[in-house]
Amino acid sequence: MQRFARLLDNLAYTQSRNRKLALLAHYFQTTPDPDRGWALAALTDGLPFSLPLRRILPELLSATVDPQLYRLSRDYVGDTAETVSLLWPEQVRGYDPPALAAVVADFETVSRNDIPKLLSNTLDRLDISGRFALLKLLGGAPRVGVSARLAKTAIAQAFTREVGEIEEVWHALDPPYLDLFAWLDGTADRPDPGGRPVFRPMMLAHPIEDSDWPQLDPTDLAAEWKWDGIRVQIAAVGGDMRLFSRTGDDISRAFPDIASAFTGRHCVLDGELLVVRDEEVAPFNDLQQRLNRKTVSARQLREFPAHVRLYDLLLEGDDDLRELPFEERRRRLEAWYANAPAPLTDLSEQVPFADFHALSEIWSKTRASGIEGLMLKRKSSPYIAGRPKGHWWKWKRAPLTLDCVLMYAQRGSGKRSSYYSDYTFGVWVDDSSAALEPGEVRLVPVGKAYSGFTDEELRELDRFVRNNTTDRFGPVRAVEPKLVLEVAFDAVQLSSRHKSGIAMRFPRIARIRWDKPANEADTLATVKALL
Amino acid sequence: MQTSSRPLPLGKRHPAERWLYPRPEGLFCEPGGFFIDPNKPVDKALITHGHADHARSGHGAVLATAETISIMKIRYGDGCAGMFQTVRYGETNSVNGVSVRFVPAGHILGSAQIIIERAGTRVVISGDYKRAADPTCEPFELVPCDIFVTEATFALPVFRHEPADREAHRLVGAIRQQPDRTHMLGVYGLGKCQRMIALLRQAGFDQTIHLHGALVQLTEFYQQCGIPMGPVSTIETEKAARRRDYAGQLVMCPPSALADRWSRRFADPATAFASGWMRVRGRARQRGVELPLIVSDHADWPELIETIEQTGAQEVWVTHGREDALVHQLGLMGISARALTLVGFEDEGD
Repeated sequence: MQRFARLLDNLAYTQSRNRKLALLAHYFQTTPDPDRGWALAALTDGLPFSLPLRRILPELLSATVDPQLYRLSRDYVGDTAETVSLLWPEQVRGYDPPALAAVVADFETVSRNDIPKLLSNTLDRLDISGRFALLKLLGGAPRVGVSARLAKTAIAQAFTREVGEIEEVWHALDPPYLDLFAWLDGTADRPDPGGRPVFRPMMLAHPIEDSDWPQLDPTDLAAEWKWDGIRVQIAAVGGDMRLFSRTGDDISRAFPDIASAFTGRHCVLDGELLVVRDEEVAPFNDLQQRLNRKTVSARQLREFPAHVRLYDLLLEGDDDLRELPFEERRRRLEAWYANAPAPLTDLSEQVPFADFHALSEIWSKTRASGIEGLMLKRKSSPYIAGRPKGHWWKWKRAPLTLDCVLMYAQRGSGKRSSYYSDYTFGVWVDDSSAALEPGEVRLVPVGKAYSGFTDEELRELDRFVRNNTTDRFGPVRAVEPKLVLEVAFDAVQLSSRHKSGIAMRFPRIARIRWDKPANEADTLATVKALL
Repeated sequence: MQTSSRPLPLGKRHPAERWLYPRPEGLFCEPGGFFIDPNKPVDKALITHGHADHARSGHGAVLATAETISIMKIRYGDGCAGMFQTVRYGETNSVNGVSVRFVPAGHILGSAQIIIERAGTRVVISGDYKRAADPTCEPFELVPCDIFVTEATFALPVFRHEPADREAHRLVGAIRQQPDRTHMLGVYGLGKCQRMIALLRQAGFDQTIHLHGALVQLTEFYQQCGIPMGPVSTIETEKAARRRDYAGQLVMCPPSALADRWSRRFADPATAFASGWMRVRGRARQRGVELPLIVSDHADWPELIETIEQTGAQEVWVTHGREDALVHQLGLMGISARALTLVGFEDEGD
């Protein structure tokens, strides 16, 4: 546990990716099984615990810490595990840290009623760092600035392998990954995924730059719409099917509808996950109702029907097509689909064009629902894992912008803890609207953004919030409505969840308009005109 | 910005608030005609210590310890106040008939608590203070009182500073373990800088310590006051810095320089930051700090609570920092407490 705690500390305080990789590689090389496997699980998919920590921890702490002080501390620190690790009373008799594997074994076998007692006893045996590591371990993804991908890359480096070799067997493995490490140590063969569906690292595109155009010949390229959903990979084999996100996370459980569409198939496909009603792509907001869920209700399945628009065919049966040129894979995809189309899918339409001028016309005129822009793919390109240069380009539509007024700010967490870094902004309700009482706020919130500004601008915004606070609600401050934020976003959609009746897609701060008077910000009518 | 404290119902107010109360300029003693640590120029100011949010330039008359007055003159020039009056720790002075006494606060060199007595009520205004040992200043002196006016910079139970000597040893260890890197220690220029140097010397670090230009004058002043700093040198022009090899060396600089291009000239810089804020991971990560040292010149949560208890004060006024938590805690302890909401204090400094 101590080694793992030290690893988390060092990772948290290390910025350089290479140094993080070195720390991780050293840990996996020098830590024995099964501890290193449990650590790997904690840093990637999380450990298979579902402990009601959010309920238990405040209860345990309430014996020694006043609930109001706990709440203020939690607000300030921005992280429950860290807050508890700092507030937990130190034991006079000193520490007695258990091994990581022992902790996992304890919590795997504990009965529900004994969880609080076990947790309390284990916390007593650890110092601040150890307590933090324990709570992160039990709480799922530790979020210590290490992605699952980085952890896998570190293992590849530590044992001089390609990260793709690990990715391709990853989903056939289970913690504590004894067979993986045995292979890496050279004492066993590479684990065989056998009949289990596994993730193949995906091929990603570069945003197109002005300097790219002169290098490109339109006859070498195919164009497709860039759909506004999430990129997914469907892997079906031996009666089993998995739906993976772009980063290789298994999201199948939230999409039983898609899973059943692939029963009995044997293939790996690349596509865009969307919500589609009557052949029309629904706003991204609808798809969000289906994401990040462990289970899905019948109502959600009915109201937010999932659909996959297919881009590419990677494996057909056992036939690996990834070395083939895109043009050839596309032909295979069309043939595969014509032969036996899977329900809830269709093929991504190809956009014919004569030259870039004609394509540009199409690009600038299309604002159909669900389209983010165009994709350009080199017809001769194989399917290459990662983001290879010179093969695929994404040509996103220019974002829309609005001048909004900062209304509320909330403290961030993690790297931004204690800074007011999440901003809710609004636009003016039109003066013509009669329903306003005297003194009533004439701003209505239209969105929330927490990106698009530099660290320096964050400090300036934080200072503005502190100096212009008019009211406080826990971690949220209301501010005097006088700062204009130019907000960029991809689209505006109707939404019943927001008071204004609209929701923005991908809002981010484009510019801070310190210079602009708030009364010159945009109105709700302007926003609705963008619908 | 103008903020005034929300007045409590008169019945709940302490009688002393008729003659000692917050005004937009700061805490004001009406019969004495003076402010304590005012945030803008006033006729008469009593200054607890030399940090910029407490000691400002442009007052008509300043009453402070000799060290605080020297610090103000170094920072703002000899003419930064109309006149200066030096007080010694422990001596009683009368300001317009109000009895005033300065005693050590243990915060930085020259720092003082100000004790005002009137009509049988003794008020202690702590300024900023700490209870932990500090080789560069007089230790905090506990004065029993009726009203204690306290800071609240670290007034949340998560704030427990580490023993400062242990943190200094950690830094020395890191420097020796990574002889190919330059260690950059971010510190506030007044107090923390000199305390860290003294702690590092106690930890057996005898190499020359290289100082950013902004830290030099005040460090020299500490030396003139007889506080040994060991060998220190100034990092001069950019060219000189590039020529020299600082691998395996310790460079100290203001926190702002850590993130600045200035720090990139050194060999594979490793950033350290000595501050009570380093207790919170997010705060260290915000600054890109690799080695957070939890050393503070302010009282941590247990010290605040213990100090308030020891003064025996039945009434506590909280100036700047996390007032809400401390006021709540004191309420639980049966001590009457309120936030003064004074304007202009840097509640994030340390």
